[in-house]
Amino acid sequence: MKYADEFRDPVAARGVLAAIARVTDEIGATKEKPVHIMEICGGHTHAIFRYGLDKLTPPGLEFIHGPGCPVCVLPMSRIDECVEIAERPGVIMTTFGDAMRVPGRRKSLIQAKADGADIRMVYSPLDALELARRNPDREVVFFGLGFETTTPSTALTILQAAADNQTNFSIFCNHITVPPPIKALLDDPHMVLDGFVGPGHVSMVIGIHPYDFIARDYGRPIVVAGFEPLDLLQSVLMVLEQIRDGRAEVENQYSRVVPDDGNPVSIAACAEVYEPRPSFEWRGLGEIDASGLRIRPKYAAFDAEVKFGIGYGKGPRAVAEPEGCRCGDVMTGRIKPHACPQFGKGCTPEMPLGALMVSSEGACAAYYQYGGLRLEEAV
Amino acid sequence: MNAGLRPARRVVADRVTLAHGGGGKAMRDLIEDVFTSVFAPPGMEDQARLMHPSVLEPGAQLAFTTDSFVVSPMEFPGGDIGTIAVCGTVNDLAVGGARPLWLSAAFIIEEGVPISTLRRIAASMQAAAEAAGVRIVTGDTKVVGKGSGDGVFVTTSGVGVIPPGRCLIASSVQPGDVAIVNGVLGDHGAAILAARGDMALTTDIQSDCQPLNHLMEAVLQAAPGVRCARDATRGGLASALNEIADAAGVGVEIMEAHLPLRAEVKGVCEILGLDPLYLANEGTLVLFVPEGQAETALAAMQATEAGRGACVIGRATTAHPRTVVMKTVFGGGRIVDMLVGEQLPRIC
Amino acid sequence: MCLGIPGQIVEIADAARKLAIVEVMGVRRQVNVACILKEEPIEALIGAWSLIHVGFAMSRINEEEAALTLDILRQLGEAQEEIEAMRASERMLAS
Repeated sequence: MKYADEFRDPVAARGVLAAIARVTDEIGATKEKPVHIMEICGGHTHAIFRYGLDKLTPPGLEFIHGPGCPVCVLPMSRIDECVEIAERPGVIMTTFGDAMRVPGRRKSLIQAKADGADIRMVYSPLDALELARRNPDREVVFFGLGFETTTPSTALTILQAAADNQTNFSIFCNHITVPPPIKALLDDPHMVLDGFVGPGHVSMVIGIHPYDFIARDYGRPIVVAGFEPLDLLQSVLMVLEQIRDGRAEVENQYSRVVPDDGNPVSIAACAEVYEPRPSFEWRGLGEIDASGLRIRPKYAAFDAEVKFGIGYGKGPRAVAEPEGCRCGDVMTGRIKPHACPQFGKGCTPEMPLGALMVSSEGACAAYYQYGGLRLEEAV
Repeated sequence: MNAGLRPARRVVADRVTLAHGGGGKAMRDLIEDVFTSVFAPPGMEDQARLMHPSVLEPGAQLAFTTDSFVVSPMEFPGGDIGTIAVCGTVNDLAVGGARPLWLSAAFIIEEGVPISTLRRIAASMQAAAEAAGVRIVTGDTKVVGKGSGDGVFVTTSGVGVIPPGRCLIASSVQPGDVAIVNGVLGDHGAAILAARGDMALTTDIQSDCQPLNHLMEAVLQAAPGVRCARDATRGGLASALNEIADAAGVGVEIMEAHLPLRAEVKGVCEILGLDPLYLANEGTLVLFVPEGQAETALAAMQATEAGRGACVIGRATTAHPRTVVMKTVFGGGRIVDMLVGEQLPRIC
Repeated sequence: MCLGIPGQIVEIADAARKLAIVEVMGVRRQVNVACILKEEPIEALIGAWSLIHVGFAMSRINEEEAALTLDILRQLGEAQEEIEAMRASERMLAS
């Protein structure tokens, strides 16, 4: 596969891994005193485990798994509200596959579907809009979630719906942005973070300058990374080299896809359609200012919260985490998945307590599925 | 059968109605016109009365299996529910070392299904049966009201004979045994996904649905030491390997670089974020053979039509018992777990 | 949020709605190209490579940057191969 296979070349990987080992040594990092690099994006967490990269990097390098999993940080109350809308007569609820198994307080979307709600998986919000066109007597709602990678697609779909006057279509908007939670983590005195691997696909939309504050105000290096294993390894190497050299800069490893200034069409569409919510609750992180997006009043006709009178303007209601759930601590990198007392016992992929075990990018799911802990025990 | 004494019975309607399940003339006409005239079972009693010399061989065993098929859409590129109903049961017998002989076929049909659809399904079943060298000898038909079924549900049971001296069991797999698959993985699962249409993907992928009994005979003749075989249906290759590892108490290690995959199947998986190890197959098996017979087994498989793409994918080990581990192209390792629920497309 | 793959635009489906057909390893899907369409006519996109996410072509793949990145990676790989080859020959000589 062009532009992918070349970035999975094992020969080149050995070269980068050797360089990583060398620079980690030069920094003087060891297993007892490692260098802590956070990969922010859940897709990066998934890639690290899928390719076994954490087994190949030296013990002096520790990956801290960050909160960049939009499904994992979704407050339970939003799933409840989504189910509520889906259960209204005449509604077709459409969603990405990722959200189907996330537990709400009452039920997950997949359980609601089994109970009779018309819930359908789609690949694109445009497919949801097409469903609305083909079913004029039904109300089609799209569960919009994701960081800035996905916000433009929802925005452009709303603009298309407005142009088509597709009145039986609306979005249940749960989009969030990346920079605010990073700042929250950097402000947390308990977090030990030496550098960041930055989210490549978020950056192809917003560019690399939104991360300037990380280097400038907090003195940490950040390298925007692609998703192939060589991209990740090269980005890690670049972060380590900055740490070794005492630099703190924003670098772009994923330059073949990420323009430094981002994508103008996407940025403009988002500015047109969304405004920031005063604050938004993040599971595990609490309330974060200006981190969630809602649809502007101009496009209220396509806002499911307005149409169905749910959560409008108020954002998610706080719902207490289930007893024993430590998703918040794992998500912010305070503890590793297997340090959660529920991991593999009260919380498994079959019976998840929290979203980190259900979402394919959740650190717990990745750990469990790809065997971070069990491999160490077994091998 | 005195076929010459009366004219062949024909269905008049073009869709199935409740009358066709009522036990009267409409049902008799449906069964004869659509099913028995195609399957040509021996005799017309309520039960098939059968014998085969291999049954009587001292030390032989009867093998008996059953399976239900509910695939949606019923017709897809490379086959239909009929094809997989026959091949699925034939293969369940074959992977146990049995020579499949006879199948039964029971149909639960939703009111409103076009008769032409039933004819196509019956034709597919007969073609698959002929390809496998088996006969469909008895069956049943029921009709349920609209909304109480999903088109057509098919249940097939199959009887075969395991020749004396053959004993394929998963628990006999030893560390060092070699794992071989007969061809590319995931074609069926990918074809069904594309055929469902929800993801609006266009592809040429066809289901890999095919009978595997001729392949099994060939490999068992050449390499009688084969420990066991499993067809990789629901849950994909990953499930089959996990079942074997668990039964035998061994670890299994497979090499990502050696997994045979069609480019388009890789494409579907990349777009939807799916893992091909979990995609269903309907004509793909994995078998374990002692190292000393691996080359012979492989050559025998590659000489058959169903095994042209056969290749070694890994081996059983003493390490990590009951766990399947895949060595990635980088040399890193990751566990290949059993599937939990259904694999869903993702965007993250 | 992160699952994006490179695909090649092979056909224009609906110029007015900015829809094109993209191909990924022989699999085709309709995608919206608004994000990558600049001043040029939409037909100019045929043959272009883009990062595809949830039915949208989000960013044109810059072939030069791809080549540059690969170059650096390959050099690291070749340098490592040389080091390993030297070590192997040293071991051989020592034995």
